Amino acid sequence: MVSTEKPQYRVIGTSPVRPDGVDKVTGRAEYGADIKLEGLLYGAVLRSPHAHAVIKRIDTSKAAALPGVKAVVINADFPAQASGDLDLGEGRANPMWLVDNVLAGSKVLYHGHAVAAVAATDLHVAEDALALIEVEYEVLPAVIEVREAMLETAPVLHPELRTNVRARGAPAAADRPTNVALHMRVEKGDVAAGFAEADVVIEREFTTSQFHQGYIEPQNATAFWNRDGEVTVWTSTQGAFSVRDQVAALLKVGVGHIKVVPMEIGGGFGGKINVYLEPVAALLSRKTGRPVKMWMPRADVIRATGPTSSTFNRVKIGAKKDGTITAIHAYLAYAAGAYPGSSVGAGVSCATAPYSLDNVLIDGFDVVTNTPKTAAYRAPGAPASEYAVEATLDEVAEALEMDKMDLRLKNAAKEGATNAMGQPLAKIGAVEVMQAVKSHPHYTSEIQGEDIGRGVAMGFWFNGGMETSSSATVYQDGTVGLVLGSTDIGGTRASLAMQLAENLGLTMEDIKPQVVDTDTVGYTAVTGGSRTTFAGGWVAYDLGEDIKKRLVDRAARIWSVPVDQVRYEDGGVSGPAAEDGSARRLSFQEIAGKLQGSGGLIAVSATSRRNTQGAAFAGHIVDVHVDRETGKVSILRYTAIQDVGTAIHPAYVEGQIQGGVVQGIGMALNEEYYYDDEGHMLNASLLDYRIPVANDVPMIETVLVEVPNPGHPYGVRGVGEVPIVPPQPAIRNAVADAIGVKLYHTPMTPARILDELLPRE
Amino acid sequence: MQAVRYARASSVDEAITMLREGGETARVLAGGTDVIVQARERRRHIDLFVDIKHIPELMSLTLDAGGGLTVGAATPLYRVYGDAEVTRRFSALAESTHVIGGTAIQGRASLGGNLANASPAADSIPAMIALGAVARVAGPAGPREVSVADFCTGPGRNVLQPGEFITSIHFPARPAGSGSAWERFIPRNEMDIAVVNAAVSLTLAGDVVTEARFSLGAVAPIPLSVPTAAEALVGRPLTDATIAAADEAAKAAATPISDMRGTIRQRKHLSAVLTERVIRRAVERARA
Repeated sequence: MVSTEKPQYRVIGTSPVRPDGVDKVTGRAEYGADIKLEGLLYGAVLRSPHAHAVIKRIDTSKAAALPGVKAVVINADFPAQASGDLDLGEGRANPMWLVDNVLAGSKVLYHGHAVAAVAATDLHVAEDALALIEVEYEVLPAVIEVREAMLETAPVLHPELRTNVRARGAPAAADRPTNVALHMRVEKGDVAAGFAEADVVIEREFTTSQFHQGYIEPQNATAFWNRDGEVTVWTSTQGAFSVRDQVAALLKVGVGHIKVVPMEIGGGFGGKINVYLEPVAALLSRKTGRPVKMWMPRADVIRATGPTSSTFNRVKIGAKKDGTITAIHAYLAYAAGAYPGSSVGAGVSCATAPYSLDNVLIDGFDVVTNTPKTAAYRAPGAPASEYAVEATLDEVAEALEMDKMDLRLKNAAKEGATNAMGQPLAKIGAVEVMQAVKSHPHYTSEIQGEDIGRGVAMGFWFNGGMETSSSATVYQDGTVGLVLGSTDIGGTRASLAMQLAENLGLTMEDIKPQVVDTDTVGYTAVTGGSRTTFAGGWVAYDLGEDIKKRLVDRAARIWSVPVDQVRYEDGGVSGPAAEDGSARRLSFQEIAGKLQGSGGLIAVSATSRRNTQGAAFAGHIVDVHVDRETGKVSILRYTAIQDVGTAIHPAYVEGQIQGGVVQGIGMALNEEYYYDDEGHMLNASLLDYRIPVANDVPMIETVLVEVPNPGHPYGVRGVGEVPIVPPQPAIRNAVADAIGVKLYHTPMTPARILDELLPRE
Repeated sequence: MQAVRYARASSVDEAITMLREGGETARVLAGGTDVIVQARERRRHIDLFVDIKHIPELMSLTLDAGGGLTVGAATPLYRVYGDAEVTRRFSALAESTHVIGGTAIQGRASLGGNLANASPAADSIPAMIALGAVARVAGPAGPREVSVADFCTGPGRNVLQPGEFITSIHFPARPAGSGSAWERFIPRNEMDIAVVNAAVSLTLAGDVVTEARFSLGAVAPIPLSVPTAAEALVGRPLTDATIAAADEAAKAAATPISDMRGTIRQRKHLSAVLTERVIRRAVERARA
């Protein structure tokens, strides 16, 4: 670890075993699939075989008549929705579109789009019933590729859609149907003047495929709509409150009548924020009066949840001979999928964020296509735009005959500089990370062997703050119950308990964290945006401060001394010496044992809405070998260096970084959505949608650079998302170094690399 | 998945009877790693599974005195590659069975199942073709033998008549100076379907190739025999030029399609690359 200024901690910086560890390794942890309830029905979903079609007629009568079938629902069973805006935490949703995505309205807009759902006494009967639902489609031409969808001649998904232009200086949108939902622009300085100053100008175009998060646990939901109108939903989600709010909006039921119980979650990475099955299970439960359980087959998970955008990005960079970047102009077009709302905004904001620039112009386009509605995926939007910038920068360095890290260091973002939006940057570890890359033995080592190359790339992500609530109770045995609204994906029970333990001078094992339902804790935004250890840590700190204050008060009362003479220190309370000269001291455990007899146990709660999360910054180095005969890339060595603020639990921080890198390697090399000419998604299985397997990746070395976040009592920065940003450009730059072939598309599959290596046909 | 009946046969004759009574929607069940998935996904309608794993001869693995190998149709793959003699003498077979699925699959999946499933990309079939294997078949009309090279008739289709099933795969003895090898190309390092796979068995007398049999998978509707590649080598001394000629013959024999697993250009190119690689490895083994 590289540390700048760090206080001495007792708990923070250690790596204890997580509180939920034993249940998880022994199979006792309860996931959505484990739910069993009296009278449980099983739901199944009929999905569109077409990428784009009008639904002329649906007849569910034969399905409803099948013995064992208890209910069938279609879109018309939902209340009508007007256009609106729901804040999902990491992303937003318009309920008018959300309901049509959950069950298709007048049109199906992608292959796999849900059309109807059945509840039956067992899953096999439900599946039999799906085959009895008659749907008459009028098939329409489909458009998959983002640039084709932008053409005036493209098939139009939503005839009422008009381009929302939020780009100063751009012409107003024509009043005609279009697939371009949004044109946004950020601008700083004067790019024309900047390019005029440049000695070298490089402009390149890049495309990226659609990628899926690849969480192992499929989406699932069980719902029970009680006769008294109270609805309970058990689900696998990153945000129980986000599910509650979406279900409430779609069903037009007050949030106070919906309780969401978050089960353990087998991965989400942004994909488990939007609802798919939850409102459908609730509707089926209302119709039957019985609880209804649903889960997605793997093919549905891949075909019909929310992968990333496929993108087209053009980047133009001008630089002087000394490496100073004089201007960057980027054009970013992101496919949103069936409904507006891609992550292009974050793509625009992050594209040039690692660098301090005087002249930047970035245009971003949000474009609907006949593909599943995109959702958040780990640093949503950032990997594609930063890939384009980092790959182009490599070519600038080459043209300037400059060391790739020297070029980046020359332009590194520093505290006080402003980003492309003109906002000032807080303390950020960009320079520290870049220096750590440049001096790392991996970067300075010689490359040995044929067809081996090295690449570097930087990554930026702004992280999230948002709202978190928690409560804590001091028990008489000296343990502390910590009630959390944040579902635990990446070890946050541990990281939050550790921060409370640190503040109270206890051990993590003294803290008993539990993740609870939406009726049991205050509003808490999603586990996403790398925010949970930051925001939950602030709340844990606040709870600790409150507990300490109350213990000091109590000790003063017990000792009959003035409060200002009592201090909380070293995991207990100390007061002035007694009249007989003995020290007044009660350990946490001792005073906890006296609480009941001295005014009662202590229970506190707190909410944080701070947005001082601090940005995340990463630099990766990778060595690859390319087999010239097959086009296959092997990752030989990988080093991920990251400003982690303060590593609360270094082993989990390292795990987050390694996980992000592995997902990034998948994007770089083999993951992609494969569509046929009619827009059918063909590789909806983990056999053919190729996430990396264990022996595709080497041991990923991590270097934790600790530049504490001044906006957090323990210096925490979010760490989970930024490591997915650099792998695509780093590996692309390494392939170019290995075989002299520059690729402009990810994934860089063996077939694509072979196409470059084989003689032109 | 619809409800299915399950019956356990304890002899070949009993299985024949059960299959006859079950009619068109009866299927034999060996490891089930293909048919159960197909039934679960409603790609195949099956009313009756006749489990053949309790017929001793179908679970056997026998090296006879003459050096031939007979593998029961339902014998799990781990026993094939786990046998040191099989690995030494029938290297291509061991190599191909070692990479079909993971450990759990290999405890169930069988050569008979891999062959009957008749996937164009099946990993073990090119190895069986190169090794000159023969499938022994039982059925209502009595037993018969079919060369593995002639067994598949199209993707998922084979020569089996209603009520027939494979009982064993027989591999002829290996002449002195023989070596074999199998290799596939996959984008990942494991758990993938071959973009192309290739196998060869050859026999050397000094530097001259006296016998050779080639096979390619995933480049045609069925796993291919490639006699033209053999013709480029047999009767000639082994040189870079004759090996290159065999590679070119393999490439010319491949008639692949472009799909989500690979492109025509990539598959034709890989047909030559893999053919070269298996020749060189088989030669090493022949000389060892």
